Parts: sequence; structure tokens; C-alpha cells
Amino acid sequence: MNGTSMNQDNLGSIILTLVTFTPLAGAVLLMLFPRRDRDIRVFALVISLLTFVLSLHLPVHFHRGQTDFQFQIDRQWVSTPNIHYHMAIDGISLWLVVLTTFLTPLCVLISWTSVHDRVKEFFILLLILETALIGVFTSLDLFLFYFFWEATLIPMALLIGIFGHERKVYAAVKFFMYTMIGSVFMLAAILWLYAHTGSFDFVTIREQIASGAVPGFPAAAQWLFLGFFLAFAVKVPLFPFHTWLPDAHVEAPTAGSVLLAGVLLKMGTYGLLRFNLGLFPEQSRRNAPWVITLALIGIIYGALVAMVQPNMKKLIAYSSVSHLGFVVLGIFSFTQAGLNGAMFVMLAHGVSTSGLFMLAGILHERRHTYEISEFGGLASPMPVYAASYLVIVLASAGLPLLNGFIGEFLVLSGAFQDKAIYGILAATGVIWSAVYLLWMYQRVFYGKVTHAVNNSLSDLSGFEKWAVWPCAAAALVMGVAPIMWLGAIDPAVQAALTPLARVASRMVGQ
Amino acid sequence: MILGTLILTLVAAYSPVLPQSADYVRILPEIVLSVFGIVVMMLEPLLEEKAGQKILGLIALLGTLAALGATCFMAQSPGLGFWNMVQVDGFSVFFHILVIAIAGVVILTSYEYMTVQRIRAGEYYALILFGTVGMALMSSAVELVLIFIALEISSISSYVLTGFRRHAATSAEASLKYFLLGSFATAFFLYGVAMMFGATGSTNIDQISRALQAGPLPLLAYVAVALMFVGLGFKVAAAPFHVWTPDVYEGAPSPIVGLMSTAPKAAAFAVLLRIVFVIGVPGSQWLIWVAAALSMTLGNLGALVQNNVKRLLAYSAIAHAGYQLVAFAAAPVLGISAAMFYAAAYAATSLGAFAVVSHFANAGERYVALEDYEGLGRSSPLLAATLTIFLLSLIGIPMTGGFFAKFYVFGAAVNAHLIWLTIVGVLNSGVGAYYYLRVIVVMYMREARKEVPVTPVPFVLRAGLVCCVAATIYLGIFPDRVLQYAQDSARALVQNPRPETPSSRPLSVLHELP
Repeated sequence: MNGTSMNQDNLGSIILTLVTFTPLAGAVLLMLFPRRDRDIRVFALVISLLTFVLSLHLPVHFHRGQTDFQFQIDRQWVSTPNIHYHMAIDGISLWLVVLTTFLTPLCVLISWTSVHDRVKEFFILLLILETALIGVFTSLDLFLFYFFWEATLIPMALLIGIFGHERKVYAAVKFFMYTMIGSVFMLAAILWLYAHTGSFDFVTIREQIASGAVPGFPAAAQWLFLGFFLAFAVKVPLFPFHTWLPDAHVEAPTAGSVLLAGVLLKMGTYGLLRFNLGLFPEQSRRNAPWVITLALIGIIYGALVAMVQPNMKKLIAYSSVSHLGFVVLGIFSFTQAGLNGAMFVMLAHGVSTSGLFMLAGILHERRHTYEISEFGGLASPMPVYAASYLVIVLASAGLPLLNGFIGEFLVLSGAFQDKAIYGILAATGVIWSAVYLLWMYQRVFYGKVTHAVNNSLSDLSGFEKWAVWPCAAAALVMGVAPIMWLGAIDPAVQAALTPLARVASRMVGQ
Repeated sequence: MILGTLILTLVAAYSPVLPQSADYVRILPEIVLSVFGIVVMMLEPLLEEKAGQKILGLIALLGTLAALGATCFMAQSPGLGFWNMVQVDGFSVFFHILVIAIAGVVILTSYEYMTVQRIRAGEYYALILFGTVGMALMSSAVELVLIFIALEISSISSYVLTGFRRHAATSAEASLKYFLLGSFATAFFLYGVAMMFGATGSTNIDQISRALQAGPLPLLAYVAVALMFVGLGFKVAAAPFHVWTPDVYEGAPSPIVGLMSTAPKAAAFAVLLRIVFVIGVPGSQWLIWVAAALSMTLGNLGALVQNNVKRLLAYSAIAHAGYQLVAFAAAPVLGISAAMFYAAAYAATSLGAFAVVSHFANAGERYVALEDYEGLGRSSPLLAATLTIFLLSLIGIPMTGGFFAKFYVFGAAVNAHLIWLTIVGVLNSGVGAYYYLRVIVVMYMREARKEVPVTPVPFVLRAGLVCCVAATIYLGIFPDRVLQYAQDSARALVQNPRPETPSSRPLSVLHELP
């Protein structure tokens, strides 16, 4: 393999293992802890910060400009079936790993005071979830990937089901069943690939498919594409599969929402980019029109539904449907700009929507409601809160110099290159998002205080500031210096597009 | 003087047919278990009840450990013994270790139960050990009559053990039901043996196999295999011979349910594997496929509506027997190794699950309803987490033994192009996930509605649970070694023709005596 020819130090081959399993080790240690809530919180924070610091090794030592996988580790794990412990990242997964490790400490901070019952279980689940999420982005063995993919389900469902609000059990079960059923189809596709290639290894399977060495592949390819697609589409969530999302978000505790919107949804788009495009370039091209149609419906429908939501958290949830539509549109435009943009929207949405959910959670903790009509004129009792909220709302709405703009701009330019009508329809989504976000901001913060209770609301506490401000800061930095991120993304995207271009020329030639 | 000479002469004359020392080595674990069982029984009247429970439990545990050691010693001298009646090979060593380890863990998990239920320890532990003798012998016997005897040894002790909650009517009912139906089933098995003897003129598995391969298949052989399958199907709780399972599991003491759902099942599967793959009556697989599909479906559908956790696990046991039967669809080596792995993984999981249930049920098995488990995640987080691991393994979530078990079984079925059976199995796994998750949901996401006392887990039970959890996770993360071993022994088992290495001469020598 040419990817391993790179000269890397010893740390290079184990750093991914370290980053992935540090939270899990922390969770195991936490299990042995006595039930002293403060110590548990501090320990969880230390572990999540340690993971973040470790993960910073990745972008620092990442060879930008190189297109193949880095920090590779590939060991035989189980001989029958032939499972390898194969982990590596490229420019696509690099930032998603860092996004995960960046958001988890913030989740710990935002839960500092809001979770006061079963604290130990909460942080154990949070750390296990972090390991599973990182594992999804780092594993290159399909089996390993599937394992981590499923492993995210259980802690997330438990976080929603135990620590959520009124209809938590309903939401948890719905979330579990939707994603579980979706991923069964992916499992079937993975097993088919294994049965016909004798390998779970992503790189091996990709090469075998590309060289046409897989028997029976042409006949099965469409079904395999659909198998993967369905699992990812439920997770994204793409238009008709999105109904679990608002329920899950509304009922989830704040930290759960943050990781759900910030990272879990990206698992779906990451999967589309890595596996659907990577393994089935031809089918991706063939299916692109209806996938893009679904994405466009998602953008517009999500935005319109968000506009009429009386519930702040539901509004943010539907805005996620709309934003993730942009990501799918960008991916299936098969243009350099579109894919770069899709990647950037993933990161930007991860940062800004997480911020929005944290801010909504802060409000819920003070008033125990998410109803927008319960608020009004909050800018005067909570000025710092209002200012932070404004930065993040603007980032989410796509104001230039903040992170949302870069990604949406790139996606739109990619969509225009593909077909002008895609770009035109998607561009309306940008307008809608400004409408529902700013209208919500206006109703909540401007004017006179409409409910007397709101006069006595306290502004951001220390922990809350530390949770929210990093998001705002990241939104700003990403908006001003996107090249820091795109520098690593661009070559990886280019590599991802190569087989698609080859397929395109062949399809034209037919 | 004359008597001495006579004995010497007799010994000299019969020495070719007397068992050699190697013969005894080949049943050493059985001997060790029997001796310890007898010791436990003899000691019981000499000890006072309270102290007795502790000491006898310890002796019984030591017995299983010694038997494990004896198994390792036995594994050094593979081959046939006792006039081709028992065979020591990788296959029988695997099942020896499995059933003896199960017995050891059951003894660990019984300890608390004994004190709470005030059960006379002597008979209880002795019966477990004697039952284990039967199960161990079932896995190494290659003579149908000996298999029958071993089956009876294990069955009779489990009939008695089922009725050990003397004050509970359900327990007596369960015992009687199990006894009556079980006797029927073993009678069927015996009838099958007789038919097989009629068809081939032998009761030795090897000779039967050779006789069947030599000539055209007699119709009687089909009938014989079908009848034997009825008997063994009863033991493994496969549909349509499963009706006893829920009632018996509900009535029997919980640690014994843990034993019953694993060890006799594993032993019966060992026999079934030998009969199906070594005797190899072509076409008989159909029986097993149908039984597999029926067991999975009926077991899972039955479990969906259960509110008693013991009954729920009973139906799940039926379903798992079905999954395990799927392995019989496959090519010999794949199928046998898959079934062996499944037996081990299921044993670790089911044993642990019943141990948790039995601890939680408390004195008199009061708390076995699903609603009693509400809020367990809060009142006893560690116990709930342990049960969760077992339930996840029963679902077949990766990183637990249950996952690879299912993977190998269905993989084997796919390899045999039995797509319909695989689809039935996979759909059933989906149904199964629902009711296992229901228990998890109840434990973690509901608040306790009524006061259910949760006693601290005593050290001995904790040790047993740690064994089960460790085995479940070990099989889920490092399945390689166990699978390799299973595959090697499966390959040796189906190797044809079998190398002739009789330890002592066959019985026909008797006719040549002076």
C-alpha cells in the first residue's frame, strides 16, 4: 500500500487509537468512581480536554496536500471473518474527529449544573458516545465502522431516554428504531461485499470494485448503493426520513442535542461521501438526480417548517434538516467546490448549531420551556446571553465573515456548476434560513419584556460562558480563515472526485 | 491360596478385555465429578445445615475445578476408550470444558440462593455434579446406548433439581411436567436407537456410518434419525418439542434454569452434531431446518408477549436453540464449529442472565415480573449494567459473544445457500431485539413504581457474574482462539475414514476366550 510509505514516527501509528479510546478508558475509570458529583464532573472534563489535546496532534502533523490516508494502523484482529483493526484519516475525516473532540468538553461544561441526577451515568454515557463517534470517522474496516456506527446508538438512546424531557422514552425508542432499521440494510450490503471480496477493508474493496474484480457486482451495485444510502439518509436525515429528528432533539438533554446535531448527523453525510461515492461512483452518478431532489426538498421544506415552529428547539432541529440538505446537495453535485462546501457546512453546522442548542438549553434551564412565545425582550435582562446568541444566529444564517457563509457559498457555486436550477432553488434556502432565524431572534430578544418572570432571569454563568464562547469564537475564526480547514479538505476531496470523473467520462462515452 | 491363584489366572485370561489405564484417563473428568459428588452426599448428614452449605458448596466447586484439570489431562491422550464406547477428541474436550465450567459457575451462583431458599445443599450440589457427569459423557460417547445412559443420567438429575423449591407448587408442577415429557422424549430417543440397530446392525456411531455408506439407505435409518431427533429436540427445547420450556423454567429454581438452559442443551447439541454429521443420513437435514425455522419464530413471537422475565428468557432460549440449529444447515466443518461457538457464547450469556434474575428475584422468587425491573438502573446500577451486557449479547450486538455466534451461524447458512433460512433467522433477530430492549428500557427509562428490595451482591455470586461477563466479552472481542479450536476439532470429527486407534480390543474378543 502506498499510503504506508510515508515516514511517520511511532506516535503516528497509535495516535488514532489513543484519541479514540481515551474517552472509553475515562468512562471505565469513572465507573469505579465514588458517587461524588463534583469529582465526576471534573474528571469527565479532564478526560474530554485530554482527548481534545491529543486530537490536536492530528491537524498539526497532518501532511496537507497529500491525498491518501494518514496515521495509518492496520492489524489483523479476527481471522474468521477477516476483520482488521484498520484506522486512518484523510482530510475528510480529520476535521470531523477534531469537531467531535472539540464539542465534547463543551458538552461537559454545559451539563455541569443542568444535570444533577444520575451524574455518573450521564458522563459515562457521554464519554462512551465520544469514543464511538471518533471511531466512526477513523475506522477504515467496514466491520469496525459498522460496529462504531451501531455503538453510537446505545449511549445516545440512553442519554435521550434517561435524561430527556417529558416524552423521552417515546423519542428514544423512535430514534433507536429508525436508525437501527436503516443500518440493517447497510449491514446486509457490507456482508454482501465481504462475501464477494473476502475483505472488510475499505481500501481493498474500493480497489477491487474499481478494477472490476468483484463477481456479480454490476447486478448488485444498485442495491448495495441503496443499502448504504438508506442507513446514511436516515442519519443525515434526508427529507422523507427526517421525522425522528425533531422528536429526538426536543426530548434530548442539551449535551445530547449538541452531539446529535453536531456530530451524529455528520456520520450520515460522512458515510455518503466516504462510502457511497467511494465505493459506488457509477451508481452515485446515476442516482444523483433524485438524491439532489430530496436534498432540495429537505432544504426548502426544513426551512419552511422551521419558520412556523413555536418551539425554539424544534426550530433549530428543522434548521438542521435544511442545512444538512445543503451538505447532501454539495456532495452529489460532484464538483470540487460543492464537496469542499459540503465538508465546510458540516463543520460550520457542527459548531453553530451546537451553540444554538446550548443557548436554547440555557434558556430552558431557567424557564423550563422552549416556547418562543414565553420569551420576548430578553436582551435587557440577559445582555451577554443575547450578544452570544446573536453571533451564533448570524453564523448559522450565513452572514459573511462567519462560518456558515463559506460553506453555503461553496455549495451553491458547486450546485450552479452542476445545474443552474439546483443552485437557484438552494439559494432560496439561504434566504429562508435568515428569515426564520432572525425572526426567532427578534421575537425572543427585542422589544419590551413580555413576561414578568423573564425580568429576573440571570445572565450566562461562568460554565455557560466557557461552553458557548468557544463555539462563537470558532464560528468567527472559521469564517475569517477558512483556508486553515480547506487546505486539508481540498486534496482529499479532489481524490474522492477522481473516480467519479473517470466514471463520468465513461458514461459519456457510452 | 487357591482363591488368589484363581484371581490371578482370571486376570491373566481377561487382561486383554479389561480396561487399561488409558481407558480410565479417557473418562477421568467423569470419575472425578462422581467422586466429588459422592463425597458431597456422604458429608452432608455430618455437617450442620448452615456450615454445610458453605463447605459443601466449596467442595463441589473444587470438584468442578478438579474435573477441569482432569479434562486437560484427558486431552493429552486422545483416542477411543472402553471398547470404542467413548472417544476423546477436540470435540469432546471442548464440550467437557464447557459443561464443567457451566456447572462451576452454577455452583457459584447457587450459593446465595441456597441460603435464601434454605435448600439442603448436599443433594443439590451432588445432583449438579452427577448431572454434569451425564452431560460430559454425552459429548464423548460414540455408542448410542452409552449416549442414552448418559442422557438419562443428566435428565434424571435435572428432573429432581427442577423440583427443589419444595414449598412452591409451581416447582413441583414443573418437575412433574418435565419428568413426564422428558421420559417420553428419551423413550423416543431409545426407540430411534433400536431402529438404527435394526437398520445397520450396530449401535456404534462409526460402524453405523460405515454401514450406511456401504449400502443403499434403508428406510428404517430415516425413521431412526427422526426419532432420535425428537428425543434430542426435546432436550435442546427446539420447536415443536418446546412446550415444556416456559412452565419448567418458570417453576424451577433460577440457578438451575441457568444450568438447564445451557449445559444439557450443549451436551444434546454435541450428540446431535455427532449424529447428523458423523452418521450423516442424507436428507435428514430437512427435519432440522424446519425445526430451526419453527423454533426461532415460535420462540421469538412467544417472548414478545411475556411479562415474566423467566418466561421471557425461556422463550428466548427456544429461539436460540433455533439459531443454533441453523448451523446444522452448513457444510460439516463450518456448521460444527459455528454450533460449538454458539453453544459457548450462549452458555456464558444465558448463565449470567439467569444469575442476575435469580439474585434479583429474591427469596421465594417474588420479583420476576417485568415491572419489578422498573428503575433497576437507578437502584442497582451495576446489576443492571451486567444484565444489559447479557441482553445485548442475546440480541447479537458486536463486541459481545452473541454477535459472532450469530455471525458464524448465519454465515454458515449463507455458504450452504440456505438463503430462506438465513432470512427467517435475520428477521427473527430483529423481533428478538425488541423484547430484549424492552427489558433494558424498563430498567433504565422507567421510574420504580413499587418498592423492590435490592440486596447487595455477595462475593461468590459476583465472582460467577464476572466469569460470565468476561467470557461474553472475550468471545466478542477475541473470538479467534475459540473458533480456531472449534474448527480444528470439527475437522478431526468429520475426517473420513477415521484412523483406527482402539485402546483396548473391541468386545468381540470375548468370544475368543478359552
